[in-house]
Amino acid sequence: MTATPAPSADGVSSGGPSDAIAIELRGITKLFPGVRANDGVDLVVRRGEVHCLLGENGAGKSTLMNVLAGIYRPDEGAILVGGREAAIACPRDAIELGIGMVHQHSSLIPSFTVLENLMLGRGAGVRLGVKQARQGLAELATVLGVEVDPGTPAGQLSLGQQQQVEIIRALWHGSRVLILDEPTSLLTPKGIADLERVLVRLKQQGLAVVFITHKLQEAFAIGDRISVLRRGRLAGTVDGPTMKALSPDELQRLVVGIMFPGEAQSLARVAGLGEPSEPGAAGRQAAGGEPLLELCEVTVAGAHNEVGIREALSLTLHAGEVLGVAGVDGNGQRPLAEAIAGQRPLASGDVRLAGTSLRRLSIAARQRLGLRYVTDDRLGEGVVESLSVAVNLVSKCIGRPPFWVRGRTRLAVIDAHAAALVDEYGIKAPGVRALAGTLSGGNVQKVVVARELSFAPRLVVFNKPTYGLDLMTTASVRARIRDLVDEGTAGALLISTDLEELLALSDRVAVLSRGRLMGVVPNRPGAEQEIGALMIGGGRDA
Amino acid sequence: MGDSIWSAEFVAAVISGAILAGMPLLLAALGETISEQAGLLDIGLEGMMLLGAYAGFVVTYWTGAPWVGLLAAVAAGMAVSLLMVVFCVRMGRDQIVVGIAILLSMEGLTSLLHAAQFGESYPRLDAMPVLAIPGLSGIPVLGPSVFNQPLIVYVGIALVFVVSWLLARTGLGLAIRAAGWGPAALDRAGVDVVRIRTIASLTTGGLAGLGGGYMAIVTAGIFVPFMTGGLGFIAIVIAMLGRGRPVWVLVGSLLFGLALSVATALQLVGIDIPTDVVQMLPFVTVMVALALFARRSYLPAALGVPFVRGEH
Amino acid sequence: MPDAAAGTAPAGAARLPSLWARGAHALWRPAAPVVYGLVAGGVLLLILGKDPLAFYWTTLESGLLSWTGLMQTIIRLAPLLLMSAGFIVAFQAGLWNIGGDGQFLLAAAVVGGLGAPLMGLVPFWLALILLCVVGSAVGAAWTVVPSVLKAYSGMNEIITTLMMAYIGINLANLLIKGPFLTGRVGLPQTSVIPFRFLLPYLPGTRIHVGIVIALVALALVHYMQTRTGYGLRLRILGLNPRAAAHAGIPVKRDIVTAFALSGGLIGLAAAVEILGVWGYVRADWNPAFGMTLFAIVFLAGLDVVVVIPLVAFFAVIQIGGHEAARQAGLPNDFLLVLVGLILFFMVLTEWTRERSRRGRFRGRPGAMSGEAAAGDG
Repeated sequence: MTATPAPSADGVSSGGPSDAIAIELRGITKLFPGVRANDGVDLVVRRGEVHCLLGENGAGKSTLMNVLAGIYRPDEGAILVGGREAAIACPRDAIELGIGMVHQHSSLIPSFTVLENLMLGRGAGVRLGVKQARQGLAELATVLGVEVDPGTPAGQLSLGQQQQVEIIRALWHGSRVLILDEPTSLLTPKGIADLERVLVRLKQQGLAVVFITHKLQEAFAIGDRISVLRRGRLAGTVDGPTMKALSPDELQRLVVGIMFPGEAQSLARVAGLGEPSEPGAAGRQAAGGEPLLELCEVTVAGAHNEVGIREALSLTLHAGEVLGVAGVDGNGQRPLAEAIAGQRPLASGDVRLAGTSLRRLSIAARQRLGLRYVTDDRLGEGVVESLSVAVNLVSKCIGRPPFWVRGRTRLAVIDAHAAALVDEYGIKAPGVRALAGTLSGGNVQKVVVARELSFAPRLVVFNKPTYGLDLMTTASVRARIRDLVDEGTAGALLISTDLEELLALSDRVAVLSRGRLMGVVPNRPGAEQEIGALMIGGGRDA
Repeated sequence: MGDSIWSAEFVAAVISGAILAGMPLLLAALGETISEQAGLLDIGLEGMMLLGAYAGFVVTYWTGAPWVGLLAAVAAGMAVSLLMVVFCVRMGRDQIVVGIAILLSMEGLTSLLHAAQFGESYPRLDAMPVLAIPGLSGIPVLGPSVFNQPLIVYVGIALVFVVSWLLARTGLGLAIRAAGWGPAALDRAGVDVVRIRTIASLTTGGLAGLGGGYMAIVTAGIFVPFMTGGLGFIAIVIAMLGRGRPVWVLVGSLLFGLALSVATALQLVGIDIPTDVVQMLPFVTVMVALALFARRSYLPAALGVPFVRGEH
Repeated sequence: MPDAAAGTAPAGAARLPSLWARGAHALWRPAAPVVYGLVAGGVLLLILGKDPLAFYWTTLESGLLSWTGLMQTIIRLAPLLLMSAGFIVAFQAGLWNIGGDGQFLLAAAVVGGLGAPLMGLVPFWLALILLCVVGSAVGAAWTVVPSVLKAYSGMNEIITTLMMAYIGINLANLLIKGPFLTGRVGLPQTSVIPFRFLLPYLPGTRIHVGIVIALVALALVHYMQTRTGYGLRLRILGLNPRAAAHAGIPVKRDIVTAFALSGGLIGLAAAVEILGVWGYVRADWNPAFGMTLFAIVFLAGLDVVVVIPLVAFFAVIQIGGHEAARQAGLPNDFLLVLVGLILFFMVLTEWTRERSRRGRFRGRPGAMSGEAAAGDG
């Protein structure tokens, strides 16, 4: 009746008519260089059911479903569709077997209209079938209870609408199994509610839905069945009857037990994955330090198809304070962070660091004033993958002593500096001359954090600093953020989409929605509800 | 003196010359447009034109049938583009390096083949027959210039509309554009990006080969090594400026052709402009146009980026 | 930057292997495709009814093994190496300066045109130095439009440098036929610098000092790349332009200066060729080194240590191949086929190496200049 441990594969399925089985995965193993992303995973997906695939980042959930969708080919194992073994070599095979996947990041082409995106994949012949597509769109939109204008370029839709278009496309291609990869990660509360409504309708249509998430509460709310992946293996499954039979607390304890067996329970709490934690450090009070960072009436233009800072935003951050910025991804966080760091210009207003206007200063000049930026795109811009760890650790002070003297590189000094930081931050690398691209994601982030926190930072902007990291690294990065400000001279602006993280670390939390500052909430008991209310208040999912 | 120059005959000759000179550019640039839309930057275009020119010339020389020659030119261009398909589309190698390898080897190869076959002689082909369109060819100025051309010219202009229709109104065209603007999205939608880019690349090769064949068979009537003289690169620029719209590619090609033809015509009536200025002017024009108008967002997002499933 | 630029340093090596081992490793990389290319070229020669062994032997004999041939090869090496240095600087920064021929010819025309008159005004040694500076300046100036367009409006430099190359080549001809024309009959050309005023010879040879200038320039470029902050900035710019901007590197300024440095070295190549070999410039003269050198620099993986032997190889087949082609009754252009073939084999061996190294997973695609970073699936 309870969770079955993974190895006894036959115990996973718990009755039910076999004709309800849409897909069965048997012993799927997927290897990447140096990583077993999936290790002998068995999974059964049933019609008329939302099957939640739960696990931490990097547990292998997306990889497993990408195997099913034909993006990756498994190294071992078999896929059974409708009871028959199927060979899925490419996405087309999957689509023809009725398997559709909505990926975490949009698979729509932004410059194409909704209709054109819908028609993609309807063969590459001469006929385009505009009429049928238009008709199909209208019908499916009615079925799902959503509204989509076929002529709008996909890039101009909200992320929620883009997702709806992708679901419609999957259904139009005849999907009977729909895989949704972290579908809520980019949605507003309103968007999530819409999605849940759509899912109910899909179930009624007899579709099998696989819902990938790393959030416990979401899995409980949406799933009819939960399978937990851990380190590429199936750690256990909780079936529908069990879920109904248990109280929320019992269920949570059960699933957390599967996700973090043994003593790792305490870690779960650190990462904010466990029980709703008591407000971190019991409601921090805004420190009474000097104003360190002042944002005065700031607006920032968004890039193409990106929400900028639309309404004049004013905020003050004091020394010794962590100021959190909450909000669903894509609501102006990156434009704000980049405008402070100097990577994009302010449309209006000013940013002052300890009284000095940054408006006209270059990125390098801002760095010299003690401003640091931990980017959320650690591989895209945080490090240069084909340069060494040592060079990446000094890439923001090129040409400056002690590493460069009169333009000449002092390799020994750079290496020694790197060795010290590798040691201090516990960066796992074969050596300081190892290429940054050979490091794991968590160690790359340690390199980035180590670089930004060296040389007496005064203000550090952290943009989603623990996104996608394992628990240990998450805990260590969070500890660094608190350590930084606790000395009282420095400050941190912590942009995060993870409310638990914000509550655990921040003194105050500012809420950003659709490029507007909705309010600033001191971190006290009940702050979570206040923040949630502010997010929803601005959450017109238009 | 102005009146005597801008006579009807003169204008007709200039327009006719513009069409004649612009046609190879048009064909090659149409081809490049298709590749660029599919995310391939085909730097080897000129190599495809050269082999097309050589094959077209030789086959016409053997058979005496210019249409067979033109078909051979198409086949030769497609054969060269197979290199692009294998190295860039299938293996995902750098498109610029492969393009330059194609250019260099085809320059050398056609020169070698020509020398091996004809030595120092340059035999001449008969001119292609002109097809006067009944009725329209009687219109003053436009009649003798536009409607009194070899059939292949009309075919070339028709191709503009065919490519327009293909890109905008067919499933294949949609897939081609998607291969350039969002290859990962196309792949996830169940269309093989490699196959689409292969089709696009082969089409480009065929059109570039036809453009080369046109130069050898229709314009010049002879084959000379290096006879394309940079036209392939001009075609690439025209395609970029055309931003995926064949009608603009037509306009650009004709403007280039016009610049060349005006200068030639002026020289014929005794106004001497150095050929260097004439050859330079189109490039200067393009540079000015690029500086004033073009932005990178006009180009497909995945232009020049190989597609590997699962890495996007 | 292209795959070729990505280093092959083993992940586990904390310590650099010895220079000797590194050199051997670096040389093997391009050697294989060269061998395959020669074999394939030999097959083509067979098809054309020529004896490939005789062809290659003549090439070697008259390009390397005879004293005159060797001297000619070394003389040719000077502009080729300088031009390669120019390409390396640009490519390493991720900038596709493919308009090298325009920068070269325009600089040559100006040096040729100003050469003789300047010799009459100042001592010849001063004139030589001034002319080298002028050549570099002209080459650098010819990159300004593409580099500024690239830096400030993101314009693709492949197209703009190519356009500027065509304009430069025609402009050079216009200069030679116009202001720099000497009043003789025959082909238009600039006035001739007296033979005794050309670059001095190395003692005991008829090789002018250009080769020394070239080697020094390459050494400086190598030093800049590996041992200076500026060099590191350019490398980061080439490897990941977004990371460069993020790190606070003055991207726009560096694009313009790297381009100018590239054009300057190419202009210097032209000055050395004119002042060392010709003494004048004829109209319609175009050695068209650009595209081939472009390919060779790639083959060398943008590595100065590897570029020297590869360019030397190219110089040998250029000098010796001329004689071999004459004897075989072929046009000189066989060389182009050979370089093209070598490039194809380079691409092929790189691909097989990647496949064997990473199993079924291919490397991250080499991205085209700066644009690729933005296109994120």
